[in-house]
Amino acid sequence: MTVRSVLKRLGELVIVLLVVSFGTFMLVSLMPGDPAVSILGEGHSQAEYAAVRADLGLNDPVFERYLHWLGDALSGDLGTSIVPPYVDVADRIMAALPVSVELAVLGMTMALAISVPLAMISAYRAGGRLDRMISAGTFGILSVPSFLAGLLIIMVFANQLGWFPRAEWSRLSEGIGQNLYHAFLPALTIALAETAMFTRILRNDLIGTLNEDYILAAKAKGMGTMHILFSDALRPSSFSLVTLMGISLGRLIGSTIIVEYLFALPGMGSLIIGAADNGDFVMVQGAVLVIAVIYVVVNALIDISYGYLDPRIRRAHV
Amino acid sequence: MSEIVERPVVTAATADVEMASVHPDAEVVVRRRQPKAWRGAVLFVLGLAIALVAVLAIRDNGWIQLLVVLVGFGVWYAGASELGRARFGPGFDLLGWLCTAWLVVLVLAAIFAPLLPLGESEDLTKSILEPANATPDLLSDHPLGTNNFGLDMLARVVYGARASLVVSIGAVLIGMVIGGAIGVLAGYYRRAIDAVVGVGTNSLLAVPPLILLIALATVLEPTLYNIALALSLLALPSMIRMARANTLTFTQREFVLAAKSMGASSGRVMLREIVPNVVLPLASYAMVMVSVLIVAEASLSFLGLGVQAPSPSWGNMIAEGEGEAFKQHPHIVLVPGAVLFLTVFSFNLLGEKARKRFDPRAAKL
Amino acid sequence: MTNPTAPLLAVDDLRTTIHTARGDLRAVDGVSLRLDRGEMLGVVGESGSGKSVLGRTIMGLHTTGPLTTIQGRVEFDGQDIHGLRAGQLRDLWGSRIGMVFQDPMTALNPVKKIGTHLTETLRKHRGLGRGAARDRALELLAQVGIPDPRRRIDQFPHEMSGGMRQRVVIAMALANEPDLLIADEPTTALDVTVQRQILDLLDRLQEQLGMAVILISHNLGVVAGRADRVAVMYAGRIVETSEAGALFRAPHHPYAEALLAAIPRLELPPHLRLEAIEGAPPNMLRPPSGCRYAPRCRYAQDDCVSRTPLLEGTPDEPDHRYACHHPVNLEPLMPVTPAEPEGAR
Repeated sequence: MTVRSVLKRLGELVIVLLVVSFGTFMLVSLMPGDPAVSILGEGHSQAEYAAVRADLGLNDPVFERYLHWLGDALSGDLGTSIVPPYVDVADRIMAALPVSVELAVLGMTMALAISVPLAMISAYRAGGRLDRMISAGTFGILSVPSFLAGLLIIMVFANQLGWFPRAEWSRLSEGIGQNLYHAFLPALTIALAETAMFTRILRNDLIGTLNEDYILAAKAKGMGTMHILFSDALRPSSFSLVTLMGISLGRLIGSTIIVEYLFALPGMGSLIIGAADNGDFVMVQGAVLVIAVIYVVVNALIDISYGYLDPRIRRAHV
Repeated sequence: MSEIVERPVVTAATADVEMASVHPDAEVVVRRRQPKAWRGAVLFVLGLAIALVAVLAIRDNGWIQLLVVLVGFGVWYAGASELGRARFGPGFDLLGWLCTAWLVVLVLAAIFAPLLPLGESEDLTKSILEPANATPDLLSDHPLGTNNFGLDMLARVVYGARASLVVSIGAVLIGMVIGGAIGVLAGYYRRAIDAVVGVGTNSLLAVPPLILLIALATVLEPTLYNIALALSLLALPSMIRMARANTLTFTQREFVLAAKSMGASSGRVMLREIVPNVVLPLASYAMVMVSVLIVAEASLSFLGLGVQAPSPSWGNMIAEGEGEAFKQHPHIVLVPGAVLFLTVFSFNLLGEKARKRFDPRAAKL
Repeated sequence: MTNPTAPLLAVDDLRTTIHTARGDLRAVDGVSLRLDRGEMLGVVGESGSGKSVLGRTIMGLHTTGPLTTIQGRVEFDGQDIHGLRAGQLRDLWGSRIGMVFQDPMTALNPVKKIGTHLTETLRKHRGLGRGAARDRALELLAQVGIPDPRRRIDQFPHEMSGGMRQRVVIAMALANEPDLLIADEPTTALDVTVQRQILDLLDRLQEQLGMAVILISHNLGVVAGRADRVAVMYAGRIVETSEAGALFRAPHHPYAEALLAAIPRLELPPHLRLEAIEGAPPNMLRPPSGCRYAPRCRYAQDDCVSRTPLLEGTPDEPDHRYACHHPVNLEPLMPVTPAEPEGAR
């Protein structure tokens, strides 16, 4: 990866972030009615409304407001929630973010851990009975929306069987055992859709790889099946896995939001959905901005790292 | 978006499996048992019989009835599949036909809903006298039961289908038309327009889909129109990209150059030559997109940010059954849940088949 | 168990049938041959003649299963290849039987280092530790003529030229000093200048290691001057086999004669047309009855179609066998040394 291409990528990133932040900022203007009214409620004097509007800077030109807002955001000030209990947005987000990140990472890890062996089993005897069953299973799972799956899982495992808790959370700082116990079921729910997708795509990639000549050559060297699968077939296919992770990031975030809400966990999900329900657009703006930035940056990192991982691409630039 | 790509199965070159693709004339097919019409017919009738017995005889226990009906369905499916293969050849895919049938019935029911003899779906005042939380019983007044307020589940499912389908299909159409137009323009004119469109698309894609929807739902009124618009934003980037990519390919082709050389204006070239070629891949992608949007709308409604109760949408119907209600009256969640699953499944399956047939990669050759 | 005078490889009436949607494809249809230790056999035939399938069947890569049926017998050093279990075959492959593949670019895993290709087979079959395996791999790279092995061993396949990659593939096959090497079109994917280097290398290594080699090619020139014996394949069967020199001096089967005539030679006048063989190989799903070459043969008679000729020698030359009712060149030709075909030493 040349320095030039990395810089170019970063440049695009900055532009996108600016556009996204501007869009988030302009979200408020989509609202019908007067923001001052939504904040104060009906029945106040015009002077009070005017004061609120001036406070929000609504009389200044758009661009100035935007830059002002952006400046505040970059220095860590995302405003104050407009509904009681009027918390500081940045504080709330900082408290909720670690929960979501942990769940997302756990979910992704679980998905990888399950999908890789499943895909290898499928590809090894492609067209066989196990393969067709796994194929049908993953297709079915992909057709179940994550909120429905989450609901069913909660009903069965948390409520009916009582194996795992719901609506409780134990922070990492309070001990990893308890933390994982609380995180297991939600992470599993998040992992479902990702597992199905990864298994399908990895399986197809592996089948393609297994048809290559070097697999035959490895076989002709007397290498065992396990060795061929892991050492020869998995490596080239793992690059597509990395790309996959990047592509599925968006869906992962969406799943995490919904699952957190379902399990009533104190993460970004409950935060943003609660805020949306209350019409607390300042909170929503802050949350959207933070999530979008994380998403864009992680995507860019995955793109750049892909260039390093694949030796074909890496060495070509040497 | 779901990239469910199926490659043709040849073989896996591992320890115990053959490599039959080594000879230039070899073509491999996985052998199945020869289908026999009589065996198919027997299973067909047997399955129907089992299901009918279940519906008529086992009326007290809902779960047992359901189980037996499912068993009967399984038997019927095996029989019908074999019959179909015996009659129409090995390419007969019963699942595809069933999915098509399901979607056709659903769409027709949604279109003709007001004319159908359904119970009350929305107006609480009219349903006061109806039994609340009635379990589904196919032969009763409420074949799929009622909800907490006595509203008929079957009617709600049908009207919910109306809402979901209108919103999703509307959103996809908007996405196709506007996204397609933008994509063609970007691919045709390139340079400045392309750069701007690129930045716009990337920015739209920079926000995870559900987040975008939630953000919009915060500030907009939850009317069907607004929901459709918000959903179309999800479809827009992929449509733009696909239209643009296809336009780029076709702009180089001879027939476009020929039209230009004959003095056709840009607009005419775009409309007459490029658009017809872009429409087909876009349409097959649209089919897959519909299922994604149905799920998105259901998610929104489930969270209370989409279609508002008591207007039915599968999403908010499922939300009604959360918590305690599920233990005692699971049908409140399971009925709309099953319908949602079947619909998404059918769209996915048929969408995949459509893509296999009209694969844009193959079309570019 | 192993009789030193018995042939290393004995193939008896081998048939490989591949079951496809359009019918049964008889890729190898009754092949018998013998190979002694240290001997080089050249198997020559067009694409579709079944020579590659033959090589893989001999090795055991094609075995009886849902899609393939093997009939006949392949005996390697006294063991029935197709009677062995998968584990036993894997023990043989890479240690006593090695295979060199046609396309060096695809025979090497593009995301694996060159060194790893070699060390993994060394460690599996010889149980070498990491350091010992790496040393041996360096030796092997030097042995196949790769300059600067210490630098090359950590490189990836795409960083090497085609010729060098093929050397690595050969090193891979020879790593554990096998008794038998099957080289399936080892030079077809390479430049002409490189081809000769690779073939010379194979010669040298064969001498050094004393191994038997089956050299498969569609080009007679490749085997000329190198192989001890030659077998010409057509449509799944061997149509002529003899000691190499005898075949080149006087081919008896019209197909072998035509193949020989089709090789361009330096000393012939440039305006002479190349004698291509007319027609195309038969459809292996429904091969013609009788002699399969008859439809393309310029000497074909009625009995060629009605009676299948058997692979037999004559009382004068029992070792030179051919399957033809009307063989050519039976009288000794004028004792003129024919112009050396391309690729010979």
